[in-house]
Amino acid sequence: MIVRIADNIVSPLGTTSEANYLAVKSGKSELKRYEGKWNLPEPFVASLIDRPSLDDEFAAHNIDDRYTFFEKVVILSSCKALANAKIDASSEKVLFILSTTKGNVHLLDANETGFPKERVLLGQAARQLTDFFHNPNQPIVVSNACISGVCAQIEAIRNLQGNRFEYVVVVGADVQSPFIVSGFQSFKALSVEPCKPFDADRTGLNLGDAAATIIYARRDAVMADEWVACRGAIRNDANHISGPSRVGEGSFRALKAVLGDFSRDEIAFINAHGTATPYNDEMESIAIERAGLSSVPVNALKGYFGHTMGAAGVLESILSMKAIDDHTILATRGYNNIGVSHPLVLSNQNCPTEKRAFIKLLSGFGGCNAALLFVKGGQQ
Amino acid sequence: MMRHYVTIQPDLAMLDGKFLESKEIGSALLVELYRNHIGDYPKFFKMDALCRVGFVASELLLQAENNVRFEPCDDRAVIFFNQSGSLNADTHYQATIQDPGNFFPSPAAFVYTLPNIVTGEIAIRNKYYGETSFIVLEQADSAVMARQLLNAFLDSATQSIIGGWINCDDDEHFDARLFIIERNEYADVETLAKDIETIKIQ
Repeated sequence: MIVRIADNIVSPLGTTSEANYLAVKSGKSELKRYEGKWNLPEPFVASLIDRPSLDDEFAAHNIDDRYTFFEKVVILSSCKALANAKIDASSEKVLFILSTTKGNVHLLDANETGFPKERVLLGQAARQLTDFFHNPNQPIVVSNACISGVCAQIEAIRNLQGNRFEYVVVVGADVQSPFIVSGFQSFKALSVEPCKPFDADRTGLNLGDAAATIIYARRDAVMADEWVACRGAIRNDANHISGPSRVGEGSFRALKAVLGDFSRDEIAFINAHGTATPYNDEMESIAIERAGLSSVPVNALKGYFGHTMGAAGVLESILSMKAIDDHTILATRGYNNIGVSHPLVLSNQNCPTEKRAFIKLLSGFGGCNAALLFVKGGQQ
Repeated sequence: MMRHYVTIQPDLAMLDGKFLESKEIGSALLVELYRNHIGDYPKFFKMDALCRVGFVASELLLQAENNVRFEPCDDRAVIFFNQSGSLNADTHYQATIQDPGNFFPSPAAFVYTLPNIVTGEIAIRNKYYGETSFIVLEQADSAVMARQLLNAFLDSATQSIIGGWINCDDDEHFDARLFIIERNEYADVETLAKDIETIKIQ
C-alpha cells in the first residue's frame, strides 16, 4: 500500500500544513483585491504570497538567489516535508515528481532578466529541485492543466508499485504572474470578488500562489492512523478543450473508477474542484449525482486559497487528510445558497465526521478529469 | 517493434518505417499532410503547432491501425512527453501582452498554453474517454518514458496507449515520434525503451 509519510504547505496562510489547516478551520483567507498590480489594466482578486515575508525561511534553508521565486517555494516546501520524513533525498530510491502548469513562465517577459531563459522549461525548473537535494533521478513534471496535482499523486502511486523507488516526493506549485492573470481575464473566468464555490451567485474563480508537498512510501502493512492513497483515475470528457462536458462525462467516469466496490457510506466527503466558475461547479454536481454520490457531503477550498493550479490537487489533498484527522468536514468558504442544478450536501460551516475516507476530485482544460480515493488505515 | 509508429519532423514524415511523400517543410508540411491524408477536420486550422503535429501524427497512426474509428472508446489512453511543454504557445501569448500600449490578451491563444491540450484534441476527435496525460522531461529519456507508459497499464481500464515524444520549439520546428502499444505487448521497461530509441534514430 502507498502511504503518506510527510507533507507541507507553503501558502499566504502559512508555511506548514498545520498552520494552513488551522487558518482554514478558523475561516481565514488571504484573498485580496489588487488594482494596478503588475500594470494589469483590470483589477483582480487573488491569494498572493507576500514575497519578502519568506526571505528568512529561504535563508534558513540555504535557498539563495540563484533560484527564481517559483523554484524557491518548491524547494522550501520540499525541504520542510523532507525534514519531517527523515529520508535521504539524495538516494536513487527517491523520485521527485513536480506538478505545475506554468512554472517560471514569467521569464518569457522581455523585461525579466537575471535568469537564463531556459529555466522557463519545466524540466529545467524541476532539475533545480533535484540538484538542490543531489538526487540522481530525472524528475517527472506532470503538466495536465488543473488536474496536475492529482495526476502527480497517481504517478507516485504507480511508481511505488514497482521496486525501483522506495519514496516519491510529490511537489505541486504555481505562482501567479501577469501572464496567468491576463489569460484567465481574457477568458472572463475571474471573479472580481472572493469566489463562491457552488453558490447561486458565483461569478468565477480567483487565482492563488502555493506550493505543497506530499511524500509517499510503499508499505506492506499500514497502521490505523496512516493515510493510504488507494486508487486514482484520469478520464477525458472527449468533448471540448476549454469547457467541461455538459454531462460531467470524464469526471463521472473518474469517480466511478476510483469508487470500485468501496462503500459510499464510508466516504466522509468529496473534496471537489469547486473553482466557482458557473460551468465547472455545475458539471461536478452532475458527475457526483451520476456516480450515485449525492448523499455524500461535498466541500471546496478555493474560497481560502483561490485556484492554486498545479498546487491545488496536492494542497487540497493534504488539508482533507488533516480535516479527517480532526474529525472535521471543512466549510466551503464563500458558499451560501445552492447554485447547481443537481443537489449536493454543502455547508459554509465546519461539520463533524467520524468517517475515514474521502475523494479528491479535479477537472481541467483539455477535457481532463481526475479522482483519487484516500482511506485512513487503508481499505479493509 | 511496435506495430505502428510515426515520425514527423520539419522535413520528413515516416509511418511504420516508410517515408510519406511530401514536398513542403515546417508548418506547411503539417498542412500538406493534413490535406493529403485527413482533410475532414477543419478544427485543425484553429490548432496551435503542438496540437497540429500531434493531431496529424495520431491520425496517420490510426489510419495505419485500420480499426473501426470514431466509436466511443474507454480503454485507450493518450500519454505524451516532451521537453518544451507549451513553450511555443506561451511565446505567442506573451507577445499579446508584452506591450502595455498594445495589450490584447487572447483567449484563443491562452488555451494552448497548456501542453496537455493536444491529448484533449485527440480524445475529442476519436471519442476517447480514457486517461489523457502529459509529462515534461528535461530530456527525451527513453527509459523514463517506457517506465511511465508501462505504469499507465496499472489502471486496469487501459488496454492500449497512443504514446511518445512530441516536442515543438516554434511553429516551424517540431519533432513527433508517436506509437501505439497494447497491454501485455511489452513485458519490461528495457524492451520498450529500446524500441522507443529505435524510432528516435530513424
